[in-house]
Amino acid sequence: MPASGVRNIGMMTTSEIAMASVSSSVVRGPLLRIQNVAKSFGKNIVLRNISLDVAEGEFLTILGESGSGKTTLLRIIAGFETASGGEVWMGEERLDQQPPYRRRVNTVFQSYALFPHLTVEQNVAYGLRVAKRPEVEIASRVKEALDKVKMSAYAKSKPSKISGGQQQRVALARALVNRPRLLLLDEPLSALDANLRRQMQVELKSLQREVGISFIFVTHDQEEAMVMSDRIALLRSGELEQVATPREIYGRPATAYVAQFIGHTNLLKGQVQAGKVRSGPFTWSAALPDGPALFSLRPESLHLASQENAASGSVRISGKVRHQAFHGATELIRVECADGLILVVRIPGSAGALDNVELEFFPGDAVVVRESAERI
Amino acid sequence: MELLVSEGKSVSGSRWLLLHAAVVFAFLYLPIAVLIIYSFNGDGVGGFPPHHLTFDWYRILFADGPIWDSVLNSLQVALAAMVISLAFGVPAALALERAQFPGKALFRRLVLLPLILPGIITGLSLLMLFNVAGTKLSLLTIILGHGTALISVATTEVFAGLQKVDRAQEEASLDLGANYWQTFWRITVPNLKLPIIGAALLIFTLSMDEIAVSFFLIGRDNTLPLEIWGRLRRGITPEINAVSTIIFVFSLVAILLWYRLRVRGEGGSEIGLEIAEVADPV
Amino acid sequence: MFSRAYKAAVTLPPLVWITVFLLAPYLLLFCYSFWSVSSEQTIVHSWNLANYNELVRVDVYWKTLLRSMWIAARVTMFSLLLGYPLAYFLSFYAGKKKNLFYQFVIIPLWVSYLVRAYAWKTILGSDGVLNTLLQYAHLTKHPLEFLLYSPFAVVLTLTHIYTPFAFLPIYAALEHIPRNLVEASHDLGATRGQTFWKVILPLSIPGVVAGATFAFVLSLGDFLAPLLLGGPSGIMISNIVVSLFGAAYNWPLGAAVSLCMLLLVVSLLFFSERLEKKWSFS
Repeated sequence: MPASGVRNIGMMTTSEIAMASVSSSVVRGPLLRIQNVAKSFGKNIVLRNISLDVAEGEFLTILGESGSGKTTLLRIIAGFETASGGEVWMGEERLDQQPPYRRRVNTVFQSYALFPHLTVEQNVAYGLRVAKRPEVEIASRVKEALDKVKMSAYAKSKPSKISGGQQQRVALARALVNRPRLLLLDEPLSALDANLRRQMQVELKSLQREVGISFIFVTHDQEEAMVMSDRIALLRSGELEQVATPREIYGRPATAYVAQFIGHTNLLKGQVQAGKVRSGPFTWSAALPDGPALFSLRPESLHLASQENAASGSVRISGKVRHQAFHGATELIRVECADGLILVVRIPGSAGALDNVELEFFPGDAVVVRESAERI
Repeated sequence: MELLVSEGKSVSGSRWLLLHAAVVFAFLYLPIAVLIIYSFNGDGVGGFPPHHLTFDWYRILFADGPIWDSVLNSLQVALAAMVISLAFGVPAALALERAQFPGKALFRRLVLLPLILPGIITGLSLLMLFNVAGTKLSLLTIILGHGTALISVATTEVFAGLQKVDRAQEEASLDLGANYWQTFWRITVPNLKLPIIGAALLIFTLSMDEIAVSFFLIGRDNTLPLEIWGRLRRGITPEINAVSTIIFVFSLVAILLWYRLRVRGEGGSEIGLEIAEVADPV
Repeated sequence: MFSRAYKAAVTLPPLVWITVFLLAPYLLLFCYSFWSVSSEQTIVHSWNLANYNELVRVDVYWKTLLRSMWIAARVTMFSLLLGYPLAYFLSFYAGKKKNLFYQFVIIPLWVSYLVRAYAWKTILGSDGVLNTLLQYAHLTKHPLEFLLYSPFAVVLTLTHIYTPFAFLPIYAALEHIPRNLVEASHDLGATRGQTFWKVILPLSIPGVVAGATFAFVLSLGDFLAPLLLGGPSGIMISNIVVSLFGAAYNWPLGAAVSLCMLLLVVSLLFFSERLEKKWSFS
């Protein structure tokens, strides 16, 4: 693989080299550039018009429900699927026309895909061996990689003899030992128990910081995405819904779908007229153009209010608690208000049984979101 | 799983099944028992009960040149047929599983047809081909016949094995920088080790016992079954029983070895299941 | 994930081999069946339907074909009657001995077909095992002549040979039935018998169809058992083909008979495949 990189440089003209050095030293363009990628299997359209950049050293998560096309996108980057349209670039190299074994991209598979007939050590050495590296170098790099994931003790074991979490580490070592420029991870934690999963999230994240390689991490678990990512790309039915940092995507969801998929939310349909929003029983003022609008109001933005100390500028409503779910530190309650409006509210835990409550929120917390287009 | 339970009715049901099984086993083993016993019978193959137990037939057998020549011929044919069938049957299974091409359905049916088609049809069709091509009949034509007919065994076996292989294994190999050729030898073949060995053994056994195709393609040199056939027609001696007994014992040893291999490799799957897989249409 | 070069590399070699050694011979068989033999015993390459006319006109051909089918049908029935209960017993009642029993069904397949058929001759002959025993027990005064050289002997021998072939796919089908379905049936109040008739039997139909197809087609095309044990009344269609290709030296007519067999087999396969699809629910 390094050989092909060298060859490519050899074929570049001087001006291209100049441009490449400018872009890397001054502008530092993205490591990976996905441009207008589309994919369909027969009549079934899986991805349409995906454009996405991944920066050097970034931890990017592709988040989506099953069937959203996230794994297909990953497989196009890895080279297991051919895109029906669009291009994938790594720096100055067109990636999507290379076979998988010429890409400086490695993958951690969902089921790990450890070779059952090879030992842990042989699995990790595989990529170096087919690249015909000297045995001395292979030995030292394999050892280093196994040390890094704390699996040196199991070097001689067969994959079937170690646990799921350990297989996970070996799969990581096997990919990283090749020093890829980009690591793809296809729901690597989905087979693990909840506890081990949380532990691996932390380890994976710090490992990524340590090696400084860009990660593209695919998951359907929004919490996992929030915890680990620098940026999240939310995919829905083959199209990107929003690409943003976890804070931004939670705080400023672009669409109703994003708001609902990431965490809980209340969606309020409203009508804006002359700086006034009317939404069911509510009215508040907002600097918005006239017309219909959709608002996302997070459950934690709603508070239980007491009659006495009403915060100034807050919007208030009373309702009856229909359902109360204890979550430890917080509780989620469903409150039925006037006009049959149901609001989900997050309140501090141990509030006891509630019946009639008074709720309030601040207009600034009601975020305008786009209506999500109907897609199947 | 154990389903032997204490309900009165079902126990009697299972007793009938047990009895039935005993009858079937007796039916299957009666000729084999007869064949072994008569290989030690001094009076030849007629008469009952057998008298004069003797090893004479084994002595005669070991001095019998033509029989051993035919055994050697059969071994050659079986080994060569095994190589041909695997060399074309394994790629055929890969093609059927992973490639789309015009005529694929016909190709699949053609490959599998000799498995079920009466051997004489395959045999005489090839005879016509060799006749038209002006090829002299010899062990080579038998090898080509067996090799071609038994591709079906290799293909069904390996195809069934392929469907159990996790595709991600090969993807991982490509991902780690191995090209298709390296991936085939380092990952695909090791993953298919058991189906390939199973197919090889089955092809070998079937070829050793094959008559119908060989019958039409035989040249000057006989294979073992054709040598036996020739002698059966001329009048039989228990020498044939003796050679069959020896082959039977060898087969049993081979089966046991294979069984141990599989038990170690797979945690106890059964030998002979390959035949069931062959019987399972793709 | 597989490149064009990979697909071509696994597809082309078997495709070429199969075309040369299977497709071409079958096409040649087709051509031959429309040619004829001159009085100087050379093949005349003029196209006509004379051979097929003869097949219709001379009743020995179609009568033998019908008799062969009748023999094959009986073999199939007996193989299923022996094979199914055995497979059911092994799969559901044999517990830990399942694998051992299974091996015992397979082992006879490793004994030469020819030798096993011959052993039946030893058993059924007029001074054979069975007749001697019957006379010894004073059940008959004279040897029973119908035992050997009769369709009975052919059916018995072929049943012996093909019962394991009928057994294997049935056993495979039974083994594939998820055991929790049986538990669910018991849980819903069905007895063992009801569970068998309503759950197990329907789910094993594809195996039964595959096993029956094997037994029928393989015994239909057999030519050794009739020659060894059939006598004049036990002659089957393959014997006619063999003699047309041998002593009678009429390849074109033999090709026409073979082509009829081929078509019969292929249409049977077609129907059994449809039937299996209809009865498979996964």
